[in-house]
Formats: sequence, C-alpha cells, structure tokens
Amino acid sequence: MDAPADLLDRRLLIVTGKGGVGKTTVAAALGQLAADRGKRTLVCELDAKGNLAAFLECGPTKFKEREAGPNLWAMSMDPEESLKEYLSLQLRLPLLVKIGPLNRIFEYVATAAPGVREILTIGKVAWEVRERNWDLIVVDAVASGHIIGQLTAAQSINELVSVGLIRQQTDWMVEILGDPSLTGLIITATPEEMPVNETIELSARLEEETNIDLAAVVINRVLPELFGRREEELFASLNDADRKAALDAAVGGDTDALLKGASLAVALRRGSAEHLERLREALGKKVPMLYVPYQFVRGHGMRATRQVAEALSSELGY
Amino acid sequence: MAANERAGSLEQLLAAKEIVVTCGSGGVGKTTTAAALGAMAATRHGGRVLVLTVDPAKRLANALGLEGFGNVETQVPTAAFKSADVKPRGELWAAMLDTRQSWDDLVHRHAPDTATEQAILDNKLYQNFAGRFVQSHDYIAMERLYEIHTSGRYDLVVVDTPPTRNAVDFLDAPERMEEFFTSRFLRLLIAPYRSRLVSMASKPFYQVADRILGTQFLQDIAEFFILFQSMYEGFVERARAVSTLLRDKRSTFIVVSTLEAAPLNEAEFFIDELRARKLHLGAVVLNKVLPTYFLDANADRIADVLVEKATQISGTIARPDENPADVARVLTEVAESFLRFSVVAQREAEQRAELAASPDVMATVPYFENDIADLSGLLRLGGKIWS
Repeated sequence: MDAPADLLDRRLLIVTGKGGVGKTTVAAALGQLAADRGKRTLVCELDAKGNLAAFLECGPTKFKEREAGPNLWAMSMDPEESLKEYLSLQLRLPLLVKIGPLNRIFEYVATAAPGVREILTIGKVAWEVRERNWDLIVVDAVASGHIIGQLTAAQSINELVSVGLIRQQTDWMVEILGDPSLTGLIITATPEEMPVNETIELSARLEEETNIDLAAVVINRVLPELFGRREEELFASLNDADRKAALDAAVGGDTDALLKGASLAVALRRGSAEHLERLREALGKKVPMLYVPYQFVRGHGMRATRQVAEALSSELGY
Repeated sequence: MAANERAGSLEQLLAAKEIVVTCGSGGVGKTTTAAALGAMAATRHGGRVLVLTVDPAKRLANALGLEGFGNVETQVPTAAFKSADVKPRGELWAAMLDTRQSWDDLVHRHAPDTATEQAILDNKLYQNFAGRFVQSHDYIAMERLYEIHTSGRYDLVVVDTPPTRNAVDFLDAPERMEEFFTSRFLRLLIAPYRSRLVSMASKPFYQVADRILGTQFLQDIAEFFILFQSMYEGFVERARAVSTLLRDKRSTFIVVSTLEAAPLNEAEFFIDELRARKLHLGAVVLNKVLPTYFLDANADRIADVLVEKATQISGTIARPDENPADVARVLTEVAESFLRFSVVAQREAEQRAELAASPDVMATVPYFENDIADLSGLLRLGGKIWS
C-alpha cells in the first residue's frame, strides 16, 4: 500500500538520527502534535535513558505506558519486560514462574545473537500496531549507527533461527515495518557535517538493506537567516570605520559586540547552508524535509517540546 | 573552587599521562578534541603520540591523513605540519578502530589452535557478535588500547570512545566480558550440550527455551560458547589487565560536552560514574561555547536601544544611495540576533558555573565558524585549550 499523504496518518513513526541532534525532542514534539490533533498517541523511548519524561514533563516512564497529557501516553522499552509479556501472551506461562532463570538464559542468548534483544523491542512496538491499540506510535529510537540492526532484527533472526516460536513471529513484524501505509522512518539531523553525512549514508542503506520507507527528514536547530543578499552588503558596510563611529554615536555606546555577534550568526548560518544543500541534493525530491528553527530557549521541557511541535505543525501545513 | 586551586592545564595533564580517553555523548566533538590534543602533545611535548579514533568525520580523517586506513597505525606526514607552519618535536600517528578486524585478531591470539580459530571465525553467531553487538565495540576499543599501550610503541595514546547508548558502558566492558565468561549460568547453558548423559528434557527452562528458540538455534549458541570457552583463560586474564590499565595512574579520562542540556546531563552523569569507579577525571572540555561578548550587559542594553530606535538611527546613518528602511531592518536584525544569542550565552554560563564545582581542569572551546579541515585547524583548536 502507498504511504498516506499526511505524515501523522501512519500508525508507526520511528525517529532516529545521530547522537545529540535532538531525536527525543522531535519524537516528543511529533507525539504532542498528534495528540493535539486528536489522535490517541503513544511515545515510546527505546533506550531507557529516561530523557523522554523530561521532554513531556510526565514523571518517570516505564514499560507500562503512563498518561502524559490529553490523548498522549509515554513508555520506556525494556526487553526483559517485553519477553515476560510475550511469554505470558504466547506460551500462556503462569507469570513469575520460571521467569528468573529464563531471564539469565535470555541474557546469554541475546549476547550471542543481538537480534534477539532487538526483536523483543521492535516486536513489542509492532505488536502494539497490530493490536490497533493506538492511532499513532512514535518511537524515539536508537541512533543512526544502530538503527539498521534494530529495524532488520526480524530478518536477522530468520537467518539465525530456522524453527521455533520466535521464527513464527517474525513474518508479521516484517510486514508491518515494511508497509509504508503503516510505518515510516524519520531521520533527524542538524545542519552540520557529521549529522548530514550520517543522514545521507542511512538513507542509502535503508534503500539497499531494508524495505522500510523513509517518511521524512527533520532538520533541527536551523539558524535564522538574518539578511537577504542586498542587506548583507549593507551589514558588511556597518563595519566601515566611519560608519561604525556614526552608529556608535547614534546609539550611545559601542556596538562592537553586536556586530561581531551578527557576523557569527551569519557565518554559522552560511556554514550550515552548505550542508543542507548537500543533503537536499542527496535525498532528491521524494523525501520531505521539515525544518525546525533553532530554539533560543532555556532548556528541554514542555516549553521547548511545544515550540518544536508548533514548528513541525506549520511545516506539515496544518 | 577558585581558579588558582585548580590542578593545572591540559598541557600538564598530558605530560603526566600515557593514556587519555575522551568520552561524552554523541555529537559533542569528542573525536575532534582527541585529535587536537594528540596533535598538540606531539607538537609541544614531543615523543610518539597516537590518536586512536572510532569513526572520524571525513574531513577530520583527511586532516590526520587517515583516508583509507583501517586498523593500521599511520604517521601524519611531516608535510602536513609544514603546511601548518609548525615544527613538531615529536611524531603524530593515527589509527581508526576496525571492530571486526580487532575481534578476529583477538581470536587469533587466544584460540588454542588453528582449527578452533577457524571454527570460531566461521561461526555464524560469532560473526553476528563481533559485527553487531554494541558492547563488543566497547570492549574491543579498550582491548585494542591495551594492546597498543603494552607494545611500547607510543609515549601517549589518545583514544576516543565509540558512540554508545550509555556513555559508561565501555568503562564496564572489560569487567562485563569477564563476568560473562566466568558465569555459572553460561556453564549451565552449555552443560547439556557438553554431556549427552544429561537429559535436556529434565530441565524445565530448557524446554521453554527450546519452544521459543528451537533446538538448532540453541545448539548453535552452545557451540559458540563452547568455542569461546576454549579462549577462556587468555580472555579473562586480558580483560582484567585492561581494567587494571584503565585504573592505572598513567591513565586519565577527559569528559567532552557542549553546554546544551542533554549532553551536559550526560557529562555530569559520566563524571559521577568515573568517581564511583575510582577512575581519574583529568579534565572537562566544553565545545561550541558562545563567545563571552554575548554576556556583556552593556551590549544587551545597546541592543535594546537599537531595536527601539532603529528607524530614527537609520535616518542618521543611511548613505544617500541606501533606503533607510533597509538600514533599519538590518539594524533591528543585528540587535535581535544579539539578544537571542545573549539568552543562550547566559544560560550556558550558568550551566558552566554549576559544572565547575567538579573537575580540576576545565577548558572551553569557542564556536568555530568553520569545521576543522586540516592540521592547522586542529592545532588552532588545541591551542585554545592547551595551557
């Protein structure tokens, strides 16, 4: 099936990106935006750093989802909890019985075959999609360096395990993840060299190694463009000695710091524009790029999440 | 702590240490910092200095002359120093960590015979383990550091840690690896496959494991562990030696961060973890710090005036060929941009002050307007934090 025109009409959005670019901010903001638009939304943090709770200001998140606002729930992934849930659902094992030693065995199995751990995380998410428990699930996923392993866990397991219950479970997961009407990957990047490189590499690997649809690329922390071309010349001339003196006199103080600051802002913006141009060229027209302006705010929290949600909302044309 | 109570500078720190590990969350400039410090040490202190990196940006790799090199240590050519107009006292070497190759080397070293070595290398689960297992990256980085250090080839090794989900993972990697191979549970898991006398069916959790994973897969896993156990002694001994080396007086850790909230939280967490493990925190390096002129209260006031009176001021300074409205717009942008960055700079200064309570050496690197493209760029950066 084809991808829906509206990003938020998918059932599962997986947010990745290089470390430090604002994955959690974007995931939390997308969740908040969907919830605001009346969708019953779950935001799921994959690596249990506990950051998500701070972005939604909802108190610590656990495997069992907790309410984070109207229409909005949040959870943190835990492979062992996922295994327990899976066992109780699939094997009808009495809970708490024999789980202890099994968990240790699971540790070893998961170490030798990392796909096992990953399938329990992505499997839980896919299961929530299959059960239609939510209108939308937004996953704050692992960094771009590890995401392919995460997304292809089901295929890897198929290569390693030829029979058994886990094997039987992988086919429907592959189907859900590979259906662009249900699932989309979102890569978050900042307009800097390394994040842009990783985004380009990842989008190529996605095509080659997976059947997962790249739904959008979110460019976070885009600095404002201060001047148009004509204004830029004018700005440059403010540094001319006579003019600077006139300006200082008119304003009643030294404008040196202001002019330096603006030069830095212009240079940073110009540097980032090169990387963005490269990214646009590599991605082509097929993948929508959503721009989120740099947030000149005090820190992470609901205020920042709201502002990013608003920026995404206008980028999505709402 | 007052400034004069601080232990010193990165210059002193690097003169005293043989191993420097840079750590911190992704995207904060760990690799660049490691390279800059290595370049400075080679230039100023002399001796042979190696920068061991994990995944350098292409331009940084170029700056170090690293393109196309894997696990091989390569000397940064003297020509690169010449074009930076620097005469180094020592040699700068660089290497990129190739996880898979390093694991294969490790197996080669510890396998009891060539048949076992080949069996391990061919094992499907080994290939999965060495290539994909995140913790295996952490472990191998520390292991390779040990190998290089004990070779005696270098006076100083600066290593940049792999991007991990959790920054402290690699600190525990050697111990976790040891724990893993000495565990009772591992023996329990392999037992039924070692001895056909024990009936698998007698153990309830084997039954469950079998239902979930299938017999073949369980056998594959057991084979993997049995093969690995043949390397047990060498491996565990080595993991212990790596742990010991990290605790040695000659090793130090440098935490790298920016002043953004998330990396800073991680840096603080990391500092606590280093303390808890009795590892040496040598310095904190803060990257991409906004210039101090954004903190100038007087400039803030002037920006306010400029926003308020832009039209009036533009009338007095506009040249005859200029539209005063354009001038006013430019002035307003200049002032507003300043005020926006000023708030961020104030916040950063506060966060920096809060962090300053801990480390002995704290160095800040201002925002560079361009990415580092060559050795002279690295040295310029290194010079900012050196003394």
